[in-house]
Formats: sequence, structure tokens, C-alpha cells
Amino acid sequence: MREILIQALRLIIAAPPALREIVALTFRVSGVALAISAIIGIPLGAALGLRRFAGRRLLVSLLYTGMGFPPVVIGLIVYLLLSRNGPLGQWEAPFIPRLFTPSAMILAQTIISLPLVAGLTMAAVMGVDPLLRQQVLALGATQRQALFAVLSEARTGVMTSIVAGFGGILSEVGAVMLVGGNIEHRTRVLTTAIVLETSKGNFELAIALGIILLGLSFLINVALVYLQGRAIRE
Amino acid sequence: MSTPLYELDAITHRYGNRTILSIDHWEIARGDLVALVGPNGAGKSTLLRLLNFIEAPSEGSLRYKGHIVGSRNAIPLALRREVTTVFQRPILLDRSVQANVAYGLRLRGQRFWKERVERALEQVGLASLAHRPARHLSGGEAQRVALARAIVLEPEVLLLDEPTANLDPYNARLIEEIVTALNRERGTTIILVTHNIFQARRLARTVGLLLEGCLIEVDEVKRFFESPRDPRTAAFVRGEMIY
Repeated sequence: MREILIQALRLIIAAPPALREIVALTFRVSGVALAISAIIGIPLGAALGLRRFAGRRLLVSLLYTGMGFPPVVIGLIVYLLLSRNGPLGQWEAPFIPRLFTPSAMILAQTIISLPLVAGLTMAAVMGVDPLLRQQVLALGATQRQALFAVLSEARTGVMTSIVAGFGGILSEVGAVMLVGGNIEHRTRVLTTAIVLETSKGNFELAIALGIILLGLSFLINVALVYLQGRAIRE
Repeated sequence: MSTPLYELDAITHRYGNRTILSIDHWEIARGDLVALVGPNGAGKSTLLRLLNFIEAPSEGSLRYKGHIVGSRNAIPLALRREVTTVFQRPILLDRSVQANVAYGLRLRGQRFWKERVERALEQVGLASLAHRPARHLSGGEAQRVALARAIVLEPEVLLLDEPTANLDPYNARLIEEIVTALNRERGTTIILVTHNIFQARRLARTVGLLLEGCLIEVDEVKRFFESPRDPRTAAFVRGEMIY
């Protein structure tokens, strides 16, 4: 066991190109998916938290269901949608990703993290005292400025939604495996590489990849907590 | 007499099918200090929300400086920003005291707010707390911050909703002094909602009684208390229950 750990650390320090490539792709896929989720999910969550409209309950129920949806099932759905005979795969439109490409992986991970970001943002916005909005309006805020004030009051929760969304997809293996296919140099990310190396018996490599995954997610969380602290002091 | 600042005509305001307010006619003169008295649930706070343009009346016409305010025609932002409210239960932003007081100025795109914020905080006696987080203040301090974030805007109209209801005599008196000084020295029009008739008598020039959404009587303070025309006003002034 100790031998394996030492080997793993050696590997991390040496950082061969193959390893760097995997880390870079992991970041690209999960990072882009998270960005899309945040851009759509934060305004969506805020709207669901603040406004009352027809169909809101249904949308909220769907969101909550989505928050607990197994990634592998989402992977399967995206796989079927994008496969050659699937409803989307038949088209040759440029904005529809092809199966076994990073774009397909981004699509699947966006679907996984969007409900997390939107749902937790909604909960955070609903936790802000409704009188706050009225009072900032009385201070002369426009509707838009009032919305920003509410989101800023909910910032801890919004930040949490982003962390949760990122955690959900960075460590996810089922969806990227299905729609990405774990192709070397093309769609291999940290989690799928770990599965592969473990099954091949390359435990040093698998452990090294695991340590990198843990370390990266730790670093990201430290950065977010730090930013959060600074936002509160401001 | 010059044109009134506010003119209310045949105002009805409803939530669902419950009528909260129903005011035939009321004018508020520029520079006046008005106290609105009445029991809980009389519609006083709702009236303030209309006067601050947070809600538009369900029916009738509300004019501010001649502009009709309705659900269809929103008041121009510049006019809306001449009016602000200090609420009974102020919700401060989860930032420093200073940032809270600067908030309204920054909404208006003002860059050089530091000095004005300092002055406002000095006025309410909280200059030493400028960098404290606002969420950790006591009730009296929070109410003073709420007053500071309103007066720093140098509003034309200051609405106050029971600003001293939960405060000890020291804080209550401090707020009363600032409010009267603002009215006397700057000519700020002040509309104060209170259920404390002593406070109304101490501060106001004009007093109005609101009962179940209706404006029963509005008069100059002395006449309101000494020779009320309406028997309900007389009863309220004597401290008898009338509802």
C-alpha cells in the first residue's frame, strides 16, 4: 500500500503529458458545463424563488427530481438522444454535439449540474426576507437593482449551489463514460481513467489520479470559500 | 396656496377582494410634518407603500407633483427617488454599516459618497460603528442605520413607519429630534405613521386618523387634539377604544 502511494506521488511530481492532458480535459468539460449551468441556473433559480407563476410548482418538482437524478441515467438519456438513430443524432446541425466528443460530455454534465445550481439558488433566494426587496425599492432601486440586492444577500447559498454543481460533475463517472466513451487523447477524463486503470490493475496510476482529483476539488473549494469570505467582509 | 405635493382622489386599494384603503380625498402640502394615527390594521403601512410608489392603488388617482401614479403608468425613476421610507422593522443588507448607508447613493450611481455617509452616520450617532457588520447591531442601532441610509439621500419626502415603536426612550428621542430637525431646517416633507398619540402631538403639524382604511379626520395638530369634529377622533384622542 505504502509502495503504491509513493509511486503515485512520484507520478504526480513527474506529471507526464498523458496525465496533464487528462486533467486539462476534465477541467474543460466540467468547467464549461458548470459555466453554462450557472448562466442559466442562477437566473432561473432566482425567478423561481421570487416570482409566482402558473406551472411553478411543476417546475420546482422537476428541479428537485433533477437534483437527485443518477448521472448514469442522464448519460444514458443523452446517449440515446445523440446516437445515430436518436432524435437529435439524426440531424447534422452544428450545435448538436456528436457522441463520443467532449461536447457531448459537456451536454450531459450540464444537465446534471443545472438542477443543482438552480435548485440551491432558489432555496437561497427564498431564504432572504421578502421585506428586503420592498425596502431596497423604497431606497430607489430599480427592479433589476433590487434583484441583484436579493441575490447578493443570498450569495452564500448561491456560492454553495455552484460548489455543489461542480462537485456533482467533477466526480461523476457514469455519464462521461457513456457519452464520452473514455477514448484516449480525446474523451478520457480523471474519473474514467481511474476506472480503466483500476480494472487493468494499475493501482499506482489509479491512486495518483484519485489524489489529483481530490486535491483539485479541495483547491477549488478553498478558493470559493475564500471568495465568499471576502464578499461578506465587503 | 401652492399646489400640494401629493393629491389622493377616490383611492381604493385591495388585496384580493379585501379592501384595505378607501380614501376620498387627501392633499399633503410640501414641507408639512404629518402624523397618521390609528389602530393596527387601519391601513397606515399600506398607505405609506402607495406614497412611496412601491404599490400602485387598485383604483383612483394618486398624484405626486402632478404626475399620476398608477399600475399602468409608472412614475419616472427620478421622481420616485425623491421619496424614501424608514420601516418599522428595517432589513439591513448583510454588509458593513457604512455600505448600508452608502447603498442608496450607489444605486444612484454616485461615486463620492464617503463624506456624505460619514456625515449621516454622525447625525445618528453611529460614526464609530461604520465598519461593523450591520447584522450584528442592536435593534436601536439598526433603526438608526435605517434612518441614516434614508437621510443620506436628502429625500424630498421622508416616510416613517412606526420608527420608534420598538425602541427605548433614548433611541426614540434621538430619532424624533433628527426627524424634526430635517423638517425644520431642510424643509423635508415628513409623513409619520404612529399609534402613539403622544408622539403625534409632540412632533406633527398635521394629524390624520385612519380607521379601517378610511381617513376619518385630518386637521392641524391643535384642533385635532383639542376640538376634533368627528366623535371617533374624539374617542381616539381620549384613548378610548373605537374599533
